[in-house]
This record gives sequence, structure tokens and C-alpha cells, in this order.
Amino acid sequence: MSRRGRLSLFAVAGGGLAAVLVIGFTGLPNFGDYHGVYGRVIDGIGVTLRHGTDLITLLNFDVRAFDTLGEEFILFASVLGIVLILRELRGERQEPQREEAEEHSLGGASSVLRALALILVPGLVAVGVYIVVHGQITPGGGFQGGVILATAPLGAFLAGRYLRMKAIAPHLVIEFGEVLGAVGYALLGLSGLVFAGIFLKNYIPLGISGHLLSGGQLDVASVFVGLEVSGAFLIAWTQFLDQAMLLKGDRQ
Amino acid sequence: MSFLPFAVAAWLFVIGLYGIVSSKNLVSTIISLTVVQSSTYVVLLGVGYVNAGKGAIFADITQVSKAVDPVVQVLVLTDIVIEATVTGLLLAMAVQAHKRFGSLDPNDLRALRD
Repeated sequence: MSRRGRLSLFAVAGGGLAAVLVIGFTGLPNFGDYHGVYGRVIDGIGVTLRHGTDLITLLNFDVRAFDTLGEEFILFASVLGIVLILRELRGERQEPQREEAEEHSLGGASSVLRALALILVPGLVAVGVYIVVHGQITPGGGFQGGVILATAPLGAFLAGRYLRMKAIAPHLVIEFGEVLGAVGYALLGLSGLVFAGIFLKNYIPLGISGHLLSGGQLDVASVFVGLEVSGAFLIAWTQFLDQAMLLKGDRQ
Repeated sequence: MSFLPFAVAAWLFVIGLYGIVSSKNLVSTIISLTVVQSSTYVVLLGVGYVNAGKGAIFADITQVSKAVDPVVQVLVLTDIVIEATVTGLLLAMAVQAHKRFGSLDPNDLRALRD
């Protein structure tokens, strides 16, 4: 369909959408006039029930832990999809010794910037681990911290050394991390079935609210999800960077 | 103007759709899709907001404080993860489309045109 055809179809559909939106907006409750029950109940009893002070992590890894299992495997499956789509096609080959890949430099990057990028790496690891393990107390948790952890090896990439980045985070290690995260979370659920009788039910001592080791399974689940997420993102990013830095072939 | 947050969501949705329809580059199509998706964050957070409610983190507020609905915030977190996976898969397809057709213009995708 031509661009003009698409735009005119959008104009017609947009008119219908606008009409529906106007009808919808006239019946909306006032912003902030909250009538839900579930949220209020969780706000009221969540901390007493599970000894975690961050209710978002508490919901994610305890109350809605089963949904998070699905969410984790969506991430797992989509990374598999990315690997599958970006595989080496016929006529393509990886050239690991390509000079650009070893010593690529971002436009205008000075040596100071490159040194700073390398200094960032340990800092990012520390922040990532902190966010993962404190998820049950303050905002954070496995998903957020996992993404921060995954950005750490990118510091080496920003410093101009793509192959060095692959040496810091070898494919085998990140794949193992991802699989360990996914399997660990499922095993945590199964162990709940064994020790507490219900899949993903908490059986780990709850501890004191606000302490690092509190909230029972929240921390354990956070660490597994953090491993899974950082592994998944790193695999996805290296797939894309491989395309740009390493692959060479006759394109159609 | 108590419906303003929802109006922002509607605007994000429509402007993202317009971006998808009018884009001349697949990467811009994909970014537009993330704009559409970000409207759902605004809707979800708007639905769960309680007047004068605090964030549902009870680390430094008393446990009886009025707080917003944490359930919709968890849904936003799920939403963000899904958005990341969808964007990743679509970008991978765009890379392969560029290899095959030598262009990122949606009009040049021959398989779609036939």
C-alpha cells in the first residue's frame, strides 16, 4: 500500500478512534479517585504478611510470582528468537580478527572518555548488584538490577574494544547465567511445592522488615531473575553488535 | 482537568500510531511502536493513582500511610519487559530485512508489496 493510501486509511480510522475516545472520556472517574480493592488490601497488609517494604517487588516475586515465571520465560524465548533471526546466513562469515572490531572508536571519543568508560565498569557492577539484592526494601529488584548489570560490559565497548568486551563477558558464561536464572526460578517454585505444598509459595524465613535478608523468597527470586535478565540482554546486545562489527559477507 | 493524564495517554497512542503509518524507515516504525506502548504505562499508573497517595514503598513511610495501587505498577514493569522483548525481535527482523532488500524503507519490502 502506498504511503498516501496508508495515511488516508489512518485518517478515517483516526476519526472513529477520536469519537470513541470522546465517549470514553466523558464517563471517566476523576483522576486520583481510586476505587480498587486489591491495591488497598496489599497496601494495608503486604508488609506485615511478607516483611518486604517494597510492595512492587513483593507483588512481583511473591503474590504474582507465577506471572513473573511466565514473564521470565517470555524474555528467554524472545532472546532465543533474536539469536535465531540473527544467525549467520549463507554467504556470511564471522571474522574475529577484523581490525575495526578490536580497535573501533566512536566518533570523537578521546582517550579520557575511553578511560572513564572502563572505570565505569566496576561501578556499574556494584550498582547492579546493589539494586538486585535490595529489591525487597527499596525500589529495584531482579529486572531493574539485571539490566544495569548487563550494561557493565558495554563500558568496554564504549572504551573502543568490542572483542575485549566479549572477553570480559564470554558467550558461554552469559548463556550459563541466563539458563541458571531461568532454571533457578523454576526450581524455587518447585521447592515451594515440596516444602510448603504450593508452587512458588514462600517457605524461607521472613526475617525483619527492612533488613537485607528479609522477605523470604523475594531476595532469592530477585537474584535468579537478575541473572536471567542480565544474561538475556547481553546475549541480545552481542547479537546486534556482532552483526555490525564482525559479520562480513556478500549481501544480496 | 482531572482527565489530563488519560488525555496524555491517548495523545501518545495516536501520535505513535501516526508515526507507524507515516514512517519511511523501519527503525522509526519500531520506535513509534514503543511510543504507542508507553501510552499504556501512563494509563496504568493513572488508574492506580490515589489522591495525595505516596509511592507503595514502606521503607521510610509509616505502614498506615495512604499509598497508590502497587498492582498496576507491577503490571507496568511487566509491560516494560514485554516492550523490550518485542523491540528486540523487531529490530532483529529489521536487520535481516535490510540485508535482504538493501533498504529500510517499508515501501521497498517486496514480499509485503506483492
